[in-house]
Amino acid sequence: MTLLSISGVHTFYGRIEALRGVDLEIRPGEIVTLIGANGAGKSTLLMTVCGHPRAAKGSIRFDGGDITRLPTHAIIRRGIAHAPEGRRIFPRMTVLENLQMGATTGAPQQFDDDLARVFVIFPILQQRKDQRGGTLSGGEQQMLAIGRALMARPRLLLLDEPSLGLAPLVVKQIFSVIREINERQSMTVFLVEQNAYHALKLAHRGYVMVNGRITLHGTGAELLANSDVRAAYLEGGQ
Amino acid sequence: MAAETADTPQHPPQDGIAAILKDAGIAALISLALALPLFGFRIVGFGSGRGLALEERWDWVVTAVLAVFAGRIALNLWLRRFRAVLAIGGRVGDGVGDKIGQAVAAAPRLGRILQAAKPAFRIAVAGALLAVALAWPAFPFVDRYLLDLGVIVLTYVMLGWGLNIVVGLAGLLDLGYVAFYAVGAYSYALLALHFDLGFWECLPLAGAFAAFFGIVLGFPVLRLRGDYLAIVTLGFGEIIRIILINWYPVTNGPNGISGIPRPSFFGLPFAADPPEGTVAFHQFFGLEYASTQRIAFLYYVILALALVTNLFTLRIRRLPVGRAWEALREDEIACRSLGINPRNTKLTAFAIGAMFAGFGGSFFATRQGFISPESFSFIESAIILAIVVLGGMGSQLGVVLAAVLLIGVTEFFRELEQFRMLAFGAGMVAIMVWRPRGLLAHRDPTIRLHARGEKA
Ligand SMILES: Nc1ncnc2c1ncn2[C@@H]1O[C@H](COP(=O)(O)OP(=O)(O)OP(=O)(O)O)[C@@H](O)[C@H]1O
Ligand SMILES: [Mg+2]
Repeated sequence: MTLLSISGVHTFYGRIEALRGVDLEIRPGEIVTLIGANGAGKSTLLMTVCGHPRAAKGSIRFDGGDITRLPTHAIIRRGIAHAPEGRRIFPRMTVLENLQMGATTGAPQQFDDDLARVFVIFPILQQRKDQRGGTLSGGEQQMLAIGRALMARPRLLLLDEPSLGLAPLVVKQIFSVIREINERQSMTVFLVEQNAYHALKLAHRGYVMVNGRITLHGTGAELLANSDVRAAYLEGGQ
Repeated sequence: MAAETADTPQHPPQDGIAAILKDAGIAALISLALALPLFGFRIVGFGSGRGLALEERWDWVVTAVLAVFAGRIALNLWLRRFRAVLAIGGRVGDGVGDKIGQAVAAAPRLGRILQAAKPAFRIAVAGALLAVALAWPAFPFVDRYLLDLGVIVLTYVMLGWGLNIVVGLAGLLDLGYVAFYAVGAYSYALLALHFDLGFWECLPLAGAFAAFFGIVLGFPVLRLRGDYLAIVTLGFGEIIRIILINWYPVTNGPNGISGIPRPSFFGLPFAADPPEGTVAFHQFFGLEYASTQRIAFLYYVILALALVTNLFTLRIRRLPVGRAWEALREDEIACRSLGINPRNTKLTAFAIGAMFAGFGGSFFATRQGFISPESFSFIESAIILAIVVLGGMGSQLGVVLAAVLLIGVTEFFRELEQFRMLAFGAGMVAIMVWRPRGLLAHRDPTIRLHARGEKA
């Protein structure tokens, strides 16, 4: 049983082929991580799942249905939430309004419950609820981006480099929240990361992407022990 | 205060005077080059149909050049903080400059105060403005001219609020807003003349036509952003105007449409001696006939239309679609990843903005009784956009302040005839200097947690 299955996906930016036949599977309740160098195509894969850009070849199935050709908003409405790279919160809107935007696809009567749930996960957001998004610190903005994605009650959460530009302590905090969401709410998470060590320790399974292709996959522990992975992504680090 | 201490070390006094004179001379030369073609010649009609002749106006040119020369010196002296000199100059001046200065400086100051204040204070100010607007026709000093001025200002307030949906909330730079205003005006005029429909029946139809045009235009162009969208909408505005000029059989071309029915008070016409069998407004209420009754009625019609626009906007900002507009202005990619359909969301903003322009257009047609393509030129779009931008993009109260300031001040200096546009320009410059982000750049959040239950 798979929640998301990507098979043979190619994606182009004009004539640049950013994804060159990607196969990947995510099962319900898993945390799956995708690691790779800058420009490998990780963000492109997440965006292709959301239909923007559209896959030129191959197919993407979510929860049994083919979503390859659907427009982005229709894909999101099926239960995928995407916290894009660089947080992209709404800077002039308050924290509360940002969270409200996250609930766009949800039922209005669930709003209060979902809000309470997000505030339990990120108490800092409750303290800052009337502050403008643009005036939050980087870590708070990242929490807001994740919180906003959770407001839609997704069945699959796509996170694109949540640790980007954050201090080690805050990274730890974010990662423990991801684990918590996964364990407590059995949320399925697809996590793209540069921070390979933390990501592989957290994830049930991982994939390694090089130049638009998946070159390796295995459990988090297997990849952590793999000498190629160690040489390329972990040396000199943790 | 003292002139000596204010002088900067790099500019010793003698040197300074020479530099100032040189600078003023250059400015005077530039103004000479500008004034010669602009003021120097004027085309006048010659006898009866014998042709045109050029009239030379050297006195105007000389005045302009001297004014720039003197003004430039004064400015430079002021920049060097010879405030004493300026004070003398101010006393010598005939006071018109002072008047402009005070008027245009008041609004930015007001904007600053309002923005810093609590929301409750802004609501109080809005309430006070509303009370003044409601009572305006009843004030003893309000004569027919001031009543007309009120109608004009309210028309711009309404159009400003309508455009605010498109530009202020959804962030779509629309330079052709007047096209929808024209569609509304012509819809009303044609429907009323050919199908014998009254103002109140035509109003929704005109709004619907304008909204339809908004969708037709918006559909292909809303993929464009920023500057590109602005250019296309600018072009659309011109296309509509040119169609109105050339589609002779329907629009009567440049001659326009006259004899557009005036609105009636729920069936009671405003007329000194109504046609046989009808009762006029003043007869029904047992009043003396006065032409201001009709104007006052028009005033309340446009006030109601404006308030409807405002209430609609305040309400829709709290609904998902309104929130999506504002979010879209901030970050389209983020919106997409939250499941918002950007194209449809933009289309609704465009169509709803157009609809309000259509309402405004019908009102314009019924007020004037005559419309022609000339009333719908680009300058109208520019003025409405200026009101929105100077008001502070998205601020409802800001639109009111900017409309009152720009239209009011311009009218205030009507005696200056063609130079009153200078007052308009001065108003714009003043706002941009003192409040570069608009009079009220503040954005009120649309949601706060209800206080009951929890206290964060
Ligand atoms: N809009 C675009 N137009 C053209 N090329 C693009 C575009 N977006 C990405 N690319 C290219 O596609 C490739 C993959 O980019 P992508 O953003 O997916 O990399 P990434 O793995 O997420 O990298 P990083 O870790 O730095 O975020 C890169 O070579 C990039 O230059
Ligand atoms: Mg990336």
